[in-house]
Amino acid sequence: MAVCVAVIAKENYPLYIRSVPTENELKFHYMVHTSLDVVDEKISALGKALVDQRELYLGLLYPTEDHKVYGYVTNSKVKFVMVVDASNTALRDNEIRSMFRKLHNSYTDVMCNPFYNPGDRIQSRAFDSMVTSMMIQVC
Amino acid sequence: MADEALFLLLHNEMVSGVYKSAEQGEVENGRCITKLENMGFRVGQGLIERFTKDTARFKDELDIMKFICKDFWTTVFKKQIDNLRTNHQGIYVLQDNKFRLLTQMSAGKQYLEHASKYLAFTCGLIRGGLSNLGIKSIVTAEVSSMLCVKFQVMIQKL
Repeated sequence: MAVCVAVIAKENYPLYIRSVPTENELKFHYMVHTSLDVVDEKISALGKALVDQRELYLGLLYPTEDHKVYGYVTNSKVKFVMVVDASNTALRDNEIRSMFRKLHNSYTDVMCNPFYNPGDRIQSRAFDSMVTSMMIQVC
Repeated sequence: MADEALFLLLHNEMVSGVYKSAEQGEVENGRCITKLENMGFRVGQGLIERFTKDTARFKDELDIMKFICKDFWTTVFKKQIDNLRTNHQGIYVLQDNKFRLLTQMSAGKQYLEHASKYLAFTCGLIRGGLSNLGIKSIVTAEVSSMLCVKFQVMIQKL
């Protein structure tokens, strides 16, 4: 279960960012912002050894004390960043991959919506509900 | 993809619809062509997002052009581009010897000057797809004979 989910456009501004409301949201915004550097490093040609050049899933970007940050980049250079709780050891790589797959599918649906202008913030309710299902259920 | 005839008929109606709804002065200005091209642009962006969902990341520009010629064209027009030429300096020419959207019109010289209206949407399609993949370009089309269409893509280096 994710603690924070962000969709970042290819010009590196956020199209959608949502975190669990109980904690300090600014902290998550900063985390996502710093993770962008790591994403750029991974997709540049220099880091050939780091990640398989042909894959969209980038894997663990960096771990902090309480959280782990995962990244995924699409062919249109839109980045998805997900922050999960570090104490949640039961979450395996495959589950994170499938969560990113779902994100990508919903993003594609938003893109094909004729009322959506590429570059605007994502306001689709279907996208919102899909992200809610992925985030931690906090009472 | 649904039956080809559906898109063909819709496209033809779209072109005549845009021209009918234009005001008197606009028909000469070429604004209708721009409108059609912009429609194609937006559709191209959405289509590319869907088609590249599962493919691996592209290595370079040539890779992207090859993808457009093969997979993209096959999915939209059910055939591949017949010829791709480049001068390796940002100009690509895609040649289609039997362009699907024009096959229903007479093969002679009769409608040659009107053909450009029917190509505007496809030019926009290519431009939209490329822009979503991070390439700014200008796409033009020329018809030498009714079936053979050449799309010229000029990549704009930043």
